[in-house]
Amino acid sequence: MCLAIPAKIESIDETRTAQVSVLGVTRVVALDLVPHAAVGSYVLVHAGYAIEVVDETIAQETLDLIAEFPELAQGV
Amino acid sequence: MSDRITMAHGSGGTQMQELVEQAFTSIYGNALLLTGDDAAVLQPEELQASGARLAFSTDSYVVTPPVFPGGDIGRLAVCGTVNDLATSGARPLYLSLGFILEEGFLLAELKRIVASIATAAEQAGVLVVTGDTKVVEQGKGDGIYINSSGVGVVAPGVELGGRNCKPGDIIVCSGSLGDHGIAIMSMREGLNFEAPLQSDAAPLDKLTSAVLAAAPHTRCFRDPTRGGLASTLTELARQSCTCMLVEEDKVPIKDAVRGAADMLGYDVFHLANEGKMIAVVPEEEAAAALLAMQQSPYGSDAALIGTVVSVEHPELPRSHKHQVYVRTSLGTLRVMDVLSGEQLPRIC
Amino acid sequence: MNMNLLNKFKDPELLRGLLERMLLLAHKIQERRGEQPLCLMEVCGTHTVAIAKCGLKSVLPPAIKLISGPGCPVCVTAHVDIDRIIAATRVPQATIMTFGDMMRVPGSSTSLEARRAEGARIEVVYSPLDALSRALKHPKQQIIFVAVGFETTTPLIAATLKRAKAAGAENFSILTVHKRVTPALSALASDPSLAIDGLILPGHVSTIIGTKPYGVLAEQFGMPSVIAGFDPVDLLLALVQLLEGIEGSRTELVNAYGRAVHEQGNAEACALIDEVFEVSDAVWRGLGVICESGHVLNQAYDSFDAGKRFDLPSLTEPTKEPKGCSCGDILRGIMTPNDCLLFGTACTPTHPIGPCMVSSEGSCAAYYKYQIGERA
Repeated sequence: MCLAIPAKIESIDETRTAQVSVLGVTRVVALDLVPHAAVGSYVLVHAGYAIEVVDETIAQETLDLIAEFPELAQGV
Repeated sequence: MSDRITMAHGSGGTQMQELVEQAFTSIYGNALLLTGDDAAVLQPEELQASGARLAFSTDSYVVTPPVFPGGDIGRLAVCGTVNDLATSGARPLYLSLGFILEEGFLLAELKRIVASIATAAEQAGVLVVTGDTKVVEQGKGDGIYINSSGVGVVAPGVELGGRNCKPGDIIVCSGSLGDHGIAIMSMREGLNFEAPLQSDAAPLDKLTSAVLAAAPHTRCFRDPTRGGLASTLTELARQSCTCMLVEEDKVPIKDAVRGAADMLGYDVFHLANEGKMIAVVPEEEAAAALLAMQQSPYGSDAALIGTVVSVEHPELPRSHKHQVYVRTSLGTLRVMDVLSGEQLPRIC
Repeated sequence: MNMNLLNKFKDPELLRGLLERMLLLAHKIQERRGEQPLCLMEVCGTHTVAIAKCGLKSVLPPAIKLISGPGCPVCVTAHVDIDRIIAATRVPQATIMTFGDMMRVPGSSTSLEARRAEGARIEVVYSPLDALSRALKHPKQQIIFVAVGFETTTPLIAATLKRAKAAGAENFSILTVHKRVTPALSALASDPSLAIDGLILPGHVSTIIGTKPYGVLAEQFGMPSVIAGFDPVDLLLALVQLLEGIEGSRTELVNAYGRAVHEQGNAEACALIDEVFEVSDAVWRGLGVICESGHVLNQAYDSFDAGKRFDLPSLTEPTKEPKGCSCGDILRGIMTPNDCLLFGTACTPTHPIGPCMVSSEGSCAAYYKYQIGERA
């Protein structure tokens, strides 16, 4: 269910409609569900709406957690 | 379930294959038609003494909109048939063009399309030698449809065909996949996205002849149009009773194609191409074939993308199906299956 | 943020490390359990496809069995609801707009795809906003949007209706077949015939509803579970964390998709749902009626209900359920697609009978398309 992919907000107009890009592909996306989203944010896009802002800090924490696994720590 | 033609019957996937088998080949099938290659290679009695063989192929074009980034329906009509002829190893020579025009279609647009036909024909070195024009009432067509048929000659000794693929052979792809499919979809109403992409529509006869010269034991060529790489390779696997093993990381795909496919929920291996060629060559000629492609017009991004393997290959599951497998970046295996139904954007 | 950070969630190096760790855990589990495999259910259909696309099952040891749950809103849409949507195609002068997923879903006698071939006006859109903008551009056309989806999709339908109301789009209406995931999970978890040792929970539903509604799984049903993202690294991390919990005999809910799922969910989205919809009972294909598992328009938005506007019950054919289809048991995790007599013979992606074959993410379609394996 529920295909949503991260896209970068390139611009936002006065109706809170954003132009987002995914690997160079652009589309208009509504920001009704993410009032705190700003230009430069990565948002999860589902059916023409942004449903959440991707949390960069937590993304990094998750990756750090994985990097501490012994199977990976040995190799690094 | 359906007793009518649906869009799925034209999408290049499973349903179309079923329709062709049930409605056409089972009725007027013959040995030449049933080889299942993109062009028929013919040698009527009158030509036998000379050793010459003809390649013959036909295709129809109904693309909407008729003009799109990187090309138009006219360029497609020339390149599509030229490429089908080229898959048999033929030198394309003559084309016929049949136009079905809708009442009200703008003459200026027709002229633009015809000019593009002239350019493409010149690039491919073919002559348009016969044609036909019909006009249908407004609402009974989509502006413009074109049918093109072509004839070429096949040099003595050239015997290409999907049946020739053997375990150990290498699959060569002439460039990035999916550009045409996504470029067309970016024009469709209801999807509303923009992609920095152009259709790849191009004549590939020079590319195939360069590969044939460099790799004389080439098994076959195939252009992955509707249904994409998945349909093309699955067809080859079935024709030759083998399996194909594709290395996911090696397949050239542009970022924007990947981005659009991710957004809309499409499989990149199902996307259509109009200027790409797949060649299957023996391992010892693979490097030469690759170099020949890379040095040809429209082949600079060519890559070796996989191998033909036996159904008994130890890495494969014992399914005994003649199908295509993908080795992922994780080192795992999955099936690359053919498109089923119409290619539709999905959200779930 | 840069895209490199997000690309790390597809990184083959990380994947290899996680895979090694997963195999180690699987080995421990096998030593403890012997022949009896550990059964984990991925609830979400997008997970089913993501797992298949990264070929995970081809390297999964026999000690771990992944089964697909009821996680595709299209595949759980009951015949009775499909028939209602088909009825809308018989409304004179109306255009039906739908997500692509719904086109091939069979109702009692036909599908949207077949109705389009018969001349009905049906168009596929990517977003409900595309349907609304059509309605605004052509005020004389009646636009009926098929609103299907779980909690991920429900708030954006709500937002679209709010916009429609503000714009006075009187020619825009919807048919709701929305479902709520947690009541269905509770219904599954309380089924004594269900043999499942852990759940992989839908990431994007969780983005909206947060982690709290799942509390009942651990507390009431003793079911370990993990919220997972959709990139390969997300999937393997979720699997590792779920296995670690089970191996450590912890019955807990782990959020392995923190960058997109917060404890409280998306408050704005939840408020939008409450503003436009109310909770109702809903029929799930294969599972029957589940209490409070649906969303229908509330009184304030009643006027957008296409069913009432066009008197659809009078246009609807009597419902016939498919015979011999095992989708119900497949959704419960009691059967795998291979066990169904129709699978791969009468029921294929080209000629789907059950809902799980119809959707490209349905359990059976994904199984048919991607399963590496036993079938000849």
